[in-house]
Amino acid sequence: MELNVLWFILVGVLFTGFFFLEGFDYGVGMLLPFIGKNDVERRIVINTIGPFWDGNEVWMITAGGALFAAFPHVYATMFSGFYMALFLMLVALILRGVAIEFRSKDESSAWRSTWDWMIFIGSTLPALLWGVAVTNLIQGIPINGKMQYAGTFFDLLSPYTLVGGIAFLLVFLFHGALFLTLRVEGELIERSRKAAVKIGLLAALVFLSLVGLTYTNTDLFKSGLASSALWGAVVVFVAGYVLLWLKRFGWAFAMSGLAIAFTTIAFFSGLFPRIMVSSLDPMWSLTIYNAASSAYTLKIMSFAALALVPIVLAYQGWTYWVFRKRVTAKELEY
Amino acid sequence: MEELLLARWQFAITTVYHFLFVPLTLGLSVLVAVMETMYVRTGNETYKTMTKFWGKLFLVNFIMGVVTGIVQEFHFGMNWAEYSRFMGDIFGAPLALEALSAFFLESTFLGLWIFGWDRLSKKMHVTCMWLVAFGTNLSAFWILVANSFMQSPVGYALRNGRAEMTDFIQVITNPYVWGQFPHTVLGGLVTAGVFVTAISAYYLLEKRHLPVFKPSIKIGLACMLVSTLLVMGTGHLQAQFLATKQPMKMAAMEALWESADPAPFAIAVVVDEKNKKNSFEIGIPGALSFLAYDKFSGEIKGINELQAAAEKKYGPGNYTPNIAQSFWTFRIMVLSGLWMMLVAALGAFFFYKKRLEENPFILKLLLWSLPFPYIANSTGWILTEGGRQPWIVVGLQKVSEGVSTNVTSTEIWISMIGFTVLYGVLAAAAVYLVRKFILIGPIDEKPVLSVLTKTKEATLWN
Repeated sequence: MELNVLWFILVGVLFTGFFFLEGFDYGVGMLLPFIGKNDVERRIVINTIGPFWDGNEVWMITAGGALFAAFPHVYATMFSGFYMALFLMLVALILRGVAIEFRSKDESSAWRSTWDWMIFIGSTLPALLWGVAVTNLIQGIPINGKMQYAGTFFDLLSPYTLVGGIAFLLVFLFHGALFLTLRVEGELIERSRKAAVKIGLLAALVFLSLVGLTYTNTDLFKSGLASSALWGAVVVFVAGYVLLWLKRFGWAFAMSGLAIAFTTIAFFSGLFPRIMVSSLDPMWSLTIYNAASSAYTLKIMSFAALALVPIVLAYQGWTYWVFRKRVTAKELEY
Repeated sequence: MEELLLARWQFAITTVYHFLFVPLTLGLSVLVAVMETMYVRTGNETYKTMTKFWGKLFLVNFIMGVVTGIVQEFHFGMNWAEYSRFMGDIFGAPLALEALSAFFLESTFLGLWIFGWDRLSKKMHVTCMWLVAFGTNLSAFWILVANSFMQSPVGYALRNGRAEMTDFIQVITNPYVWGQFPHTVLGGLVTAGVFVTAISAYYLLEKRHLPVFKPSIKIGLACMLVSTLLVMGTGHLQAQFLATKQPMKMAAMEALWESADPAPFAIAVVVDEKNKKNSFEIGIPGALSFLAYDKFSGEIKGINELQAAAEKKYGPGNYTPNIAQSFWTFRIMVLSGLWMMLVAALGAFFFYKKRLEENPFILKLLLWSLPFPYIANSTGWILTEGGRQPWIVVGLQKVSEGVSTNVTSTEIWISMIGFTVLYGVLAAAAVYLVRKFILIGPIDEKPVLSVLTKTKEATLWN
């Protein structure tokens, strides 16, 4: 396989892993103030992602690093073009990380509730912004002939991309609520289930609008793989919702995760071989060829990635095994 | 041009802030792992208390390093897009490798370490901390590989309007990185050594929790003494390397305007940048030649000659970094290092004689040495990065050519003020927590049952 294609797939895999894993982290973070009614419950909710969230966030950092290494022009154009959006995202991620670490380290309730809301904001904003970003990539943004973004922050906001943002946010919320049903005990399970039932319906509606708008606003459906993946996402999402009704939480969570994975695959294969679509001239889109690193660098990085990714998957998977038990009030280690 | 200046300021602010936390993470991860290893080996609960106490401070510091590090990764694309285009083929690889090989490792195993006290065997648990320590120090290696290329490019070719990697092995065996990496890792150990020593000295002064802090100060002092000596040694080797590979930085940090053989080592100067000379200077004859070449002769090139040579090679322009800044940051770094070495030796001597506890003067000296590693780390990096100006990649790209062309000054103002305010607030919160933990001390940590009762009684001690 051509290395440019391999790297496109690898970046896709990294984003899939990132959205699947951080998807439930963001969801849990957004639900925190609502599911956790008192301090003990909030600590339980946070501890469901406690051992994992930092490792999950590295998926995003690695995806960014992989873009830099494999497609430096994409990294340069995207990060400078999405400047204000990324600034907001960074503020959110900083607040969230610090909040998770700091909130239980002081007893004052003002301290704790402040940080809890920081976790909420820090989870909401990135979820929204990633949806806006991904839909912008495929809808097309003003990229000129010099590979430079020629718009402003507000050009990134259109009805389609806002629906994209809200769809991501709601799907992550659903995914997070299902994750909680697997990780908590007693009354909290019921509360998470009810949240998932309510959110799931809304998420399904917005997600369907996203599919519809994707049909009208982008060329995603021209790709057979992309359209089947997107319809597949709809199907597994609905299946997840049905399984939730049947209280098969584990399966429902697997389905919401699969829906996220299928959606990511759909957008990536819809983009292929482009990575950022130019709305000014199709010739100016950034592709896996005109934006790529040299063949030599891609080769070196391929060896490294193919050797390291399986190891990472193995030890991260092991972490989930170690902390497979539900989080209870009796053993709040942290 | 305003954008360029703002982008530089923003990078400087966020990167200096980031690096306030990084060295302590590098070094303290190792010391916490050492303490826990002592616990696992001996079964002595005191070592467990030590591990938990220092581990808690480590975590506050660690998270600050992590979240400010994400900003740095994004920064290259956000503010330095043209640099990223020019250098992506070389610079992206170590960054991606850093994430793949180091960030995953440290974050995953730290999660296991924090939450795994009752779920993992003792040996498994301590292994997690060693992996965290390995991961953080490995990440330092990769980012320094990237930085070293900017200082001294190797293993590349200029093709397709950019620098392309031609030899990965050359990039990671860049002699520059093998000067910089040990110096940085040792700087981390110095920071951790001083941190542990200073805080332990506080408890010894207060005569509180002596069973925990006597062994702590022993570890701290040992680490401080050995690593200050080694950091000086590696710094010296680095400077010798500079004399041949980055002569302009060398000349700038010595404020040496005219080439000299033998060259004197200036102790203090007043720089007159306009007239390209020092209006006052006092120095030791021949000492710079000795430091650079281990003998009292040998030419050190001066700024004026190097500037002329650069103009000949790269065309008209200013190729001279800020002289006063280079000169003084170097001296502040070295003096801080010497000071720490001295107090470490004093502390170790009194500890060895078993007279440290009864000597409040030495203990206070140790306590008040806490700012010095931070001063040395910051000035060291300001020297390193300031000294390569005007280049972003020495000889290949200037800083002014690397900045993003489509980011407006308004945007940078917003983000710069935003980061600065946010960082200020977070620093206050972090200092508040660390101070609180220190005032409370290493109280015994048991899963507290009070968390079961009511909101307010939930304690933070696990």
